[in-house]
Amino acid sequence: MSGYAHPEVLVTTDWVDQHGRDDGVRVVEVDVDTGSYDEGHVPGAIGWAWDSQLCDTLVRDIVPKDRFEKLLGDSGISRDTTVVLYGDNNNWFAAWAFWQLKIYGHPDVRLMNGGRVKWLAEGREVSLEAPEIAPVDYSASDPDLSIRAFLNQVREASGSGAADMVDVRSPAEFSGEILAPPGLPETCQRGGHVPGARNIPWGKACAEDGTFKSAGALRELYAAQGITGDKPIVAYCRIGERSSHSWFVLKYLLGYDGVSNYDGSWTEWGNLVGAPVERGA
Amino acid sequence: MKAESFSVTELELAGWPVRITSYRIGETWHAKADNVSPGANIARAKADGREQAEATVIERASARLGATRRRPQG
Repeated sequence: MSGYAHPEVLVTTDWVDQHGRDDGVRVVEVDVDTGSYDEGHVPGAIGWAWDSQLCDTLVRDIVPKDRFEKLLGDSGISRDTTVVLYGDNNNWFAAWAFWQLKIYGHPDVRLMNGGRVKWLAEGREVSLEAPEIAPVDYSASDPDLSIRAFLNQVREASGSGAADMVDVRSPAEFSGEILAPPGLPETCQRGGHVPGARNIPWGKACAEDGTFKSAGALRELYAAQGITGDKPIVAYCRIGERSSHSWFVLKYLLGYDGVSNYDGSWTEWGNLVGAPVERGA
Repeated sequence: MKAESFSVTELELAGWPVRITSYRIGETWHAKADNVSPGANIARAKADGREQAEATVIERASARLGATRRRPQG
């Protein structure tokens, strides 16, 4: 993991095998497919459901601060706990959870490099048992919204070019050929992308085994599309989880300043009346 | 307990590239299908054998992928 700007935010599967049940460490699985945890998980890990525990279930928003505090407290996590996140799809929603933990100021959050599939493919122990957790009190920081982009900021960035827009969806979504990933429900009225955005699919940041590519390869990947960190960067996708993954790469592995995640993403922009849209590659 | 006989294969369903991942945990076989690009899970199944789990997941994935519409980009 050398060469990354912040290598401390990544741990290997070996590290989790050796330290996942240490005092002061809490391993959390967060999957796209919320049924995966029950099939078998890292021994000692707890599971969070992104669609009920990591969002506001009434208003479209991230999890509110009071519910975030209860979730972490009920998970036995205190401010000095090392939280290690992992999940399916090479950590899509684990990165989404990472982003929210950083919004609420948790000091020590890490991703297990390679995620759930690497753990399984390596034939490591899995457990069907959820651990017993002693709840604690948790007090979150006020939200750090510098790492979250909202519609008005995206509109301004698109119009002025003051920030680089990175669309991390698939080329077919970016071009407007399809309105959602193949096999998933369409959640927008128009296809295409935010004018001026560059298409750098999230998966290009990963190696075959699901781990992140080297710092040099990542730098080249983004630089080839003109993304060099010389101005603020806004990442977006369809609902904000894939772009959390790319946000993590840009901010923590490459160390670029001013990187934010537009979680409104295409589900917001592609439904806006009057919003400009570009189509094609 | 471990995930055993872990296998990843790619095939095309309803005109889309799909990745089928299957493995056994305990006595249960698990199979999942994702759409390769972008990699989203679209179907899952479990059964007593690999063949049955994969057949079920392929059937479910095919139905969902068949409903995906390609649109003109003009």
